[in-house]
Amino acid sequence: MAGNNPSPTEYIQHHLQNLTFGYHPENGWSMAHSAAEAQEMGFWALHLDTMGWSIAMGALFIWLFRKAGKVATTGVPGTLQNLVEMVFEFVENTVHGAFHGRNPVIAPLALTLFVWIFLMNLLKLIPVDYVPEIFVRLGIDYMKMVPTTDPNATLGMAIGVFLLIIYYSLKVKGVGGFAKELSLTPFNHWSLIPFNLIMEVIGLLVKPLSLGLRLFGNMFAGEVIFILIALLPFWVMWTLNVPWAIFHILVITLQAFIFTVLSVVYLSQAHEHH
Amino acid sequence: MNINMTLIGQTIAFAIFVWFCIKFVWPPISNALHERQRKIADGLDAASRASRDLELAQEKADATLRESKEQASQILEQANKRSSQMIEEAREQARAEGERIVASARAEIDQEVQRAKDELRAQVSHLAVSGAERVLEASVDEKAHRKLLDKLAAEL
Repeated sequence: MAGNNPSPTEYIQHHLQNLTFGYHPENGWSMAHSAAEAQEMGFWALHLDTMGWSIAMGALFIWLFRKAGKVATTGVPGTLQNLVEMVFEFVENTVHGAFHGRNPVIAPLALTLFVWIFLMNLLKLIPVDYVPEIFVRLGIDYMKMVPTTDPNATLGMAIGVFLLIIYYSLKVKGVGGFAKELSLTPFNHWSLIPFNLIMEVIGLLVKPLSLGLRLFGNMFAGEVIFILIALLPFWVMWTLNVPWAIFHILVITLQAFIFTVLSVVYLSQAHEHH
Repeated sequence: MNINMTLIGQTIAFAIFVWFCIKFVWPPISNALHERQRKIADGLDAASRASRDLELAQEKADATLRESKEQASQILEQANKRSSQMIEEAREQARAEGERIVASARAEIDQEVQRAKDELRAQVSHLAVSGAERVLEASVDEKAHRKLLDKLAAEL
C-alpha cells in the first residue's frame, strides 16, 4: 500500500512492481512487502503475478482451441471453430512462407507462441487500475498483470526458442556440422576461425536476446505510458487513453506476430545446411 | 492505494475504447468471419449439388444405355423376323414361279398334242378317203362325203 494519496512516482513504481515470492536474506522464503524487499531477494524470487497470468492465458488458449477442436465439423463451422480455423490458417500460411525445412513441431509451436503472446498482450487493454484494485481489496498489494511486460516471461520464452534452435542445429547438421558453421562462416579460411567464432556466437546469442527484449520493450513502454496517462486528471484521461489503446490493438497483434515469425525464421535457419 | 478519480477516468476511457471496438474494430472481423462461413457453406452446397448432379447424370446415362440396348435388341429381332420373312417370300415366289412354268409347259404340251391330233385327223381323213377310194376303186366325191369324213375325223 502506498498511502492514501500516492505521489506519481509511488503510483508508477507500485504499478510496475511484481507480486514477488522469494528468498529474502533476512525473512527467508516469503512474500515481498515492498519493492526494496523484492530487490533484496535477487535471483531467488518468483513473480507470482507473471506466472499466474501467463499460465492462465496458456490455459485459456488450450481450453478454447481444444473446445473448438472437439466440436469441429467438416461442415459449416460455428463461430468459435471459424475463428480458430482462421487463426490456424493464418499461422499455417506464415509458417509455410517462413520455414523451409520439414518439421512437424514448428507449426504447432508457432500457433502456441502467437496465440499465447497475443492473449498475454491482450491483458494490457484492461485499464491499469482495475485488476490491481480488486487484488488490493483481497489483501494482495502488488499485481502487475501483463506477463509480457516482465522480461522474465519474454526472455523465458525466447530461451525456450533458443534451446530449440540449438537442438535442431545439432540434430540436423550434427555436432561437426554445427561447429563448422560456427567457425567457418562467413569467412571460409582456417586463419579466420577465431574471428568467425566470435561473430557467429554473438549472432546466435543475440537471437533469443532480441526476441525477448523486443517483446518486453514494446509491451513495457506501452504499459508505462498507460500508467502515465492514468496520472492525468480523470476528465481528460480518455483523450489520450483511447487513442493509445486503439493503437495498441495493432501493437499487441504485431508484437505477437513478430515474435512468432522470428522464432520460425530462426528455427528455419537452424534446419538449413550451408 | 485507494479508489479515487483515476478509476473513474479509466472507466470513461475504457467505455469509449469498448465503444470504439464495437463500432469500428469488431465489424470488419465479424464480417470476415461471416464471409468465410458463407464461403464454406456455399462451397459445401456446390459440392453436394455437384454430387447430386453427378448421380442424376449417371442415372440418366444408365437409362440411356438400357434404352439403347433394348432398342438394339428390338432392331435385331426385327431384322431376324424380316430376314425369315424374306426367305419365306422368296420360297413362295420360287414355288409360284415353278408352278407357273410347269403350267405353261403343260399348256404347251396340250397344244402340241392338240395340233398333232388335228394334223393326224386331217391326214387320217385323207388316208381314209384314199383308202376307201382304193377299196371302192372309185373316187369318192370328197364334197359329197365331207360330212361323213368330218364325223369320222372327229371320232378319232
